[in-house]
Amino acid sequence: MSNAAVTAATTSSAADAGKSALARLGEAFVGRLVIIIPYLWLVFFFLIPFVIVFKISLSQTAIAIPPYTPVLGFGDGLSGLLDQLKQLSIDNYTWLTQDALYVNAYVTSVIVAAISTVLTLLVGYPIAYGMARAPATLRPTLLMLVILPFWTSFLIRVYAWIGILKPEGLLNQLLLASGVINQPLIILNTYTAIFIGIVYSYLPFMVLPLYSALEKMDYSLIEAAKDLGCPPTSAFWKITFPLSLPGVIAGCLLVFIPAVGEFVIPDLLGGSQTLMIGKTLWNEFFANRDWPVSSAVAVILLLLLIVPIMLFQRAQARAQEQDK
Amino acid sequence: MNPTWSRFNITSIVLGFAFLYLPIVLLVVFSFNESKLVTVWGGFSTKWYVSLFHNQGLMDATWVTARVAVISATVATVLGTLAALTLTRYTRFKGRMLFSGMVFAPLVMPEVITGLSLLLLFVAVGLDRGFLTVTLAHITLTMCFVAVVVQSRLMTFDRSLEEAAMDLGAPPVKTFFQITLPVIMPAIVSGWMLAFTLSLDDLVIASFTSGPGATTLPMKIYSQVRLGVTPEINAACTILIAVVAVGVIIASLANKRREVQRQRDEQAAQRG
Repeated sequence: MSNAAVTAATTSSAADAGKSALARLGEAFVGRLVIIIPYLWLVFFFLIPFVIVFKISLSQTAIAIPPYTPVLGFGDGLSGLLDQLKQLSIDNYTWLTQDALYVNAYVTSVIVAAISTVLTLLVGYPIAYGMARAPATLRPTLLMLVILPFWTSFLIRVYAWIGILKPEGLLNQLLLASGVINQPLIILNTYTAIFIGIVYSYLPFMVLPLYSALEKMDYSLIEAAKDLGCPPTSAFWKITFPLSLPGVIAGCLLVFIPAVGEFVIPDLLGGSQTLMIGKTLWNEFFANRDWPVSSAVAVILLLLLIVPIMLFQRAQARAQEQDK
Repeated sequence: MNPTWSRFNITSIVLGFAFLYLPIVLLVVFSFNESKLVTVWGGFSTKWYVSLFHNQGLMDATWVTARVAVISATVATVLGTLAALTLTRYTRFKGRMLFSGMVFAPLVMPEVITGLSLLLLFVAVGLDRGFLTVTLAHITLTMCFVAVVVQSRLMTFDRSLEEAAMDLGAPPVKTFFQITLPVIMPAIVSGWMLAFTLSLDDLVIASFTSGPGATTLPMKIYSQVRLGVTPEINAACTILIAVVAVGVIIASLANKRREVQRQRDEQAAQRG
């Protein structure tokens, strides 16, 4: 900005100096707008909603529109507002921590997400590794092939697995016909189906950061290790894996955080027998119409995820610094 | 120098891609199934596509979804590009930490939380749920994805180009539109496409923020899936996949042509 101002001042003649001063003011204003517009948008549509969720989580359910009380407002003046504030309570939270169903749902969600993340890493690492070692001419195509499923609908990809995993589905038909099993496997509506669904849906999120970390790696390091008599396995654990660690961390966070609150996969593949917090929140809201309790569920879920989300942010910021 | 591409590498790639693509291929294949049972092959037929076009509810939902996706992707692209500029160009201003937090957090935030919080906002400000609220919600979610895509392009942008333009007397705004914007255009286009498909795809946030008149296609598909799996849904999914695949292929071909053209220009310039 200041650079531009100096140039503008030196190149313009004295006659239109007044105009360029005005123009400079205009430029500064435009520069401000670049920051202010997205900033205000995110404050209003991302930050303020969380404050509202927190406030409603302290309210009580009511048969009204909207279905909670108190509705904060200045309708009854300042004293009325104070009265309303006194009605707020942490009842919803005490209820959540005492009900085994909710505690179970949180614990199960974190465990399911953690197992799925490890499985996704195990499936994704060899793919990313193979891609990074592929001939350079082939890499853009392989990258495109990893990204392409991401462009097709998440819902559709999860739906596709119902037809495969059903008791009379394609997988069981194949296994029964080939004589591997005599009885159809029950996979749909179990946690196994949820694991498959998460690994499948989130695989590109794992492969992409892993690939970009592995691709940057200097392979002469491996050759040097080999020349010095290091066996391939220990070369992998001592050189390749540590160097790919930023990719591993980014990939795991990209899978773990959304997986904890996942709704579509446990709902369509997990059936009614499985318990996950995203589904609990959905049911609390849409079936029970209990807005205060679903808000409290959301607040606790957010508190659980705040540390991983901050780690993710730091990893992003660090990657940015490195690119510079 | 790259070492050999071992058999292990090739096998893991082939298996990985089989895992990624087989379910989608099966879904498409069974949309052409004569039988009503989705998983038993009863001969080739396109009757499900015909019945699809007579399903008024599905057609209405498609129209709503298309409008929401185009509008929200366009607004999100503008806002996301501004956010990307802010993140890369203005490294120090009050509340920058908060700003980058608000850009990155929605990328990983569970959709149920985003959906619920936006709904409660709309109720609090007294906005009726419907077309407008879904569009606003989708803008908020997708602008962050656009910001990340555009930002990564701005990172590698050679700023001496801008400095040269300004040294020659171009004001910053003109420099932006004549130099910066054309260079980052491919990233903006792919940001728009990403925003468009994310909006097309979203079930959870739309379910929270949409009202009676504005049922989107994923909401419609979801309610039908809950009633049972039918070849008609397979047909609807196949059409969606085809639309997205054609769009992505056209975009990547256009990108490639631009790249080839650029290389040719550079070579010509070097030959002088």
